Amino acid sequence: MGPLVPDLISENLNYILALFIGIAFGAILEQAGFSSSRRLVGLFYGYDFTVLRVFFTAGIVGMVGVMALEHFGLLDLNQVYINPTYVWSAIVGGVIMGLGFVVGGYCPGTSFCAAAIGKKDALALIAGAVVGVFLFGEAYPLLAGLYKAAYYGSPRLPQTLGISPSLFAFLMTLVALAAFGAVSLIERKVNRQPVEPRQWVRSFAPVLGVGVLIALSAFAFTDRKTELLQRAQNEQWVRSVPVQVMSVDEFAFRLMDEDDDRIQVIDFRPAEQVQQESLPKSFHFTVDNLFEQEPSRLLRMKGKINVFVADDEQTERRMAAIAHALGFRRIYILEGGLDYFRQQILQFEPPGPPQSMQEEFTYRFRARAKETLPQLIQSGKEVTPVKTEKRRPRGGC
Amino acid sequence: MKDTEYMNPYLAGVLLGVLLVLTIYITGRGLGASGAVKSVVVTGVNAVAPKHAQSVEFYREYLEEHQGSSPLKNWLVFEVVGVFIGAFLSGLAAGRLRWVTEMGPRVTSRTRLVAAFLGGILWGIGSQLGRGCTSGAALSGLAVMATGGILTMLAIFAGAYAFAFFFRRLWT
Repeated sequence: MGPLVPDLISENLNYILALFIGIAFGAILEQAGFSSSRRLVGLFYGYDFTVLRVFFTAGIVGMVGVMALEHFGLLDLNQVYINPTYVWSAIVGGVIMGLGFVVGGYCPGTSFCAAAIGKKDALALIAGAVVGVFLFGEAYPLLAGLYKAAYYGSPRLPQTLGISPSLFAFLMTLVALAAFGAVSLIERKVNRQPVEPRQWVRSFAPVLGVGVLIALSAFAFTDRKTELLQRAQNEQWVRSVPVQVMSVDEFAFRLMDEDDDRIQVIDFRPAEQVQQESLPKSFHFTVDNLFEQEPSRLLRMKGKINVFVADDEQTERRMAAIAHALGFRRIYILEGGLDYFRQQILQFEPPGPPQSMQEEFTYRFRARAKETLPQLIQSGKEVTPVKTEKRRPRGGC
Repeated sequence: MKDTEYMNPYLAGVLLGVLLVLTIYITGRGLGASGAVKSVVVTGVNAVAPKHAQSVEFYREYLEEHQGSSPLKNWLVFEVVGVFIGAFLSGLAAGRLRWVTEMGPRVTSRTRLVAAFLGGILWGIGSQLGRGCTSGAALSGLAVMATGGILTMLAIFAGAYAFAFFFRRLWT
């Protein structure tokens, strides 16, 4: 599961990758014509909308691509940098940058490209940017109030608007397509080129076709978590997922066996309850943890047997079904849930004299387990939740 | 301006989008540009006046994040070095390497250079307030649907259109 940094790719390799990503970034921008200031600002005077086309196509491909990775469980968005929302700072900063765009003719990224192919005006802009950041740094004590005002965390826009990411991506794509169509007309008008409807339709049809496909694909890449959690409400689906059931006796035996380091008890009870009564060899888990890169690694450890426990078997089954759908294997659930375990083991009373050898052995074992297990079950223990803190990389500029 | 010289904008957009997704998948962060300028500025201030750098939160925070190594050892600095190399190679391949000042038909090169420098200052200030520029806030923010990034993007475009009229002499 991505992102690959820092677990699969080390810090140092990441710097080398940064160089190669930069090379591709610079080459694409230059090839698209972003190394020309007149072309860039054409966007604001109506004679050249290249920037708008490249920018929004990239944004939408990026958006739908990220959705697809998330949908197929390849990317944990909790570990991805989401630009924080500081309302006033974003608006004031953005407007200043917009002014900088029409005055300077480049944005920082494109100025690097233009400077690389010998544009002196781009070098002047870079020099100005260095001075600008320095001025900001010097004026920081004065600007800090504005810089930090109206902070809303790092929400994503669909969340802010209260719509699904799919719908948001769909609407954004439609808006972009409408803009692409409109600007090609404006461009022709400003450049005094005749608009021939048939020619225009022919040149725009492929873009429209691909665009509509991308827009519709947004609905295929639903948010995996929302979808699975919803599906898990369906009892029929939950029952159709194959899970292995571990008997209370085997469970008790494995808990007591000091040499058994294969079993991992994955405890889905609420934190307060786990804190009062935490089983040996157990990890506290929440349903969210199943979807996260870091905690879910526990379930992928080689040679381990994961037993999902909760008070009732129904919850265990639901969690196991979600885990199964997420691709986790070797998942067991505890027969009857912890309620049954308590009744059969922790509060074991033989219902009568044993009727068979088998029963005799079972009763004897349970009586021993009843003695031993309470000493292993800790209470008041600090629940060590599986690591869920976000170690988001710093991104942006 | 001949269109054939450059890549089809939609194709370039798709390539850029794919690169962006790949970058997010590998590194957990998007593309950026102005962050590298900040890195250079902080390094410079720290080298010339280390005491001053420690006294201003803006520099100090950045230095603390890069403790034990140079503030230049930053992901975006490496990426921007790559941008220069990539753009240079692309320009070389397309025969676009030329030492020129690009400007509108009605201005002198001196006016253009002064305007570019002033524009740069605005970008420097704005990108710090906006916590990113067109790459880091607008484009990468759009890909991850970040409210903050999209807000900055809208403000950049709104600002540019609002001021475009007053600076039309520079370009048309």
